[in-house]
Amino acid sequence: MTSPASRLRGTLPRRTRRLLANGLMWACATLCAAAALVPLGFLLYYVAAQGLPAIGLAFFTQVPKPVGEPGGGMANAIVGTLILIGLASLVGLPIGLLGGIYLAEFGSNRLGAAIRFSADVLSGVPSIVIGIFVYALVVVPMHRFSALAGGLTLGVMMIPTVMRTSEELIRLVPTSLREAALALGATRPVTVFRVVLLAARAGLVTGVLLAIARVAGETAPLLFTAFGSGLWSTRLDEPIASLPVQVFTYAISPYRDWQAQAWAGALVLVTIVLILSAAARYATRGRFRTVM
Amino acid sequence: MRGLSFHYGRFQALRGIDLAIRERQITALIGPSGCGKSTFLRTLNRMNEVIDGARTEGTVLLDGEDIYQPYIDVVALRRRVGMVFQRPNPFPMSIFDNIAFGPRIHGLARGAELDALVETSLQRAALWEEVREKLRESALSLSGGQQQRLCIARLLAVDPDVVLMDEPCSALDPISTLRIEELMDDLRESYTIVIVTHNMQQAARVSQETGFFLNGELIEFGPSERIFTDPHDRRTEAYITGRFG
Repeated sequence: MTSPASRLRGTLPRRTRRLLANGLMWACATLCAAAALVPLGFLLYYVAAQGLPAIGLAFFTQVPKPVGEPGGGMANAIVGTLILIGLASLVGLPIGLLGGIYLAEFGSNRLGAAIRFSADVLSGVPSIVIGIFVYALVVVPMHRFSALAGGLTLGVMMIPTVMRTSEELIRLVPTSLREAALALGATRPVTVFRVVLLAARAGLVTGVLLAIARVAGETAPLLFTAFGSGLWSTRLDEPIASLPVQVFTYAISPYRDWQAQAWAGALVLVTIVLILSAAARYATRGRFRTVM
Repeated sequence: MRGLSFHYGRFQALRGIDLAIRERQITALIGPSGCGKSTFLRTLNRMNEVIDGARTEGTVLLDGEDIYQPYIDVVALRRRVGMVFQRPNPFPMSIFDNIAFGPRIHGLARGAELDALVETSLQRAALWEEVREKLRESALSLSGGQQQRLCIARLLAVDPDVVLMDEPCSALDPISTLRIEELMDDLRESYTIVIVTHNMQQAARVSQETGFFLNGELIEFGPSERIFTDPHDRRTEAYITGRFG
């Protein structure tokens, strides 16, 4: 007769089997995680290895030199990317944020469902298609490529991302906070803008940063909106250089030092994305909780 | 302020309630879970309206005016009739900004006046001494009991006439509960307090009048002393002696 205590011990084969299965699964999971990191690691290493040699003060301060002349840099492309991101944010952030607020606060009806669906469709549209659309709508009537067109394209791409993220984050804010505000005599707008948005601010910042990181590297749509340029330009109604387009132009060229600069440009782009992602993480550290 | 008197009919949650609440005293509402006492409380400041499909029938009078008339300004109403909730719900801002929120949105005070108002409210809520050094810190860094007193201070800052409390101590430890009960006793000199509680001992301790709710109806209402020692309705007696609930 077995005592209760000995029934707990279990038979040896069963225990070994369980331990083996456990260990096997753990090993598989670790391997898969490592496998997911390998491409990223490889990419970072390669881009850094190829790009670092071409990075220098000249890279950040000079504009491209004509073919054949050594030196030159991508200063115009870096500034161009910043300008385009700025324009895109001007378009994408207000529409996305307000749209997200609308969906979260008033969007449980058919109109809300339609808007949500449209946003999802828009986020799935290939970026090059959006570029062609803006080409037809802005570039052709203006008879020129322009930073404006490029910024508009990127802005349109930002809208669905920002809208969906904002909506989810605003929904996450607990009802108890809204009730507290209402019970104090706050109106709906006051509640939304002064309490809910405040509570969701960390997540909203993340959403914005990630949306920016996404559009910062878009190349195809810029090819026929902002077009790219070898000159220094900050005007909104003229073609403007941008990092991705410049990298593209240089990379497929047959000139060695242009190719080296393309790597450097790629490195700068990756660094920008890394910084934005890290900033997004930093913005949500610990302060994400809104109430206990 | 004249007392509240109303009759009230609402099929789903509350049926034909007739009740008059006296000013400057504490009225407790007791009853088993789901009997409608919280719902009833929320009709007093029209908080039920935020729920879709809520329907109110009957009249609720504050100072002789029916608060459900369309011309009544809900915002002004909620200033006069404030509410403290079961779980403390401070805003994710500094302690100062929490208290200042109400005055700011109603434009009641600014600058030095606002500072003074915040201090007075915190003093009235018996919290000033504990937080005077850390007004700029996040309200979320306070303990549960302190947060609830913060919510009370926040509400006092807009100078209400009536304070509604929906089981304010159920999420707190006994010591915090005691402090809040003491606070309520101080407050009743200046405000009319209505408290919903499932803790009968608390109701007996703090209130002057008590109403017993069951299944959406008001079964009995009267002086607390009598309700708890000599109830008229046998259902009240059954609840009080713990036979159900």
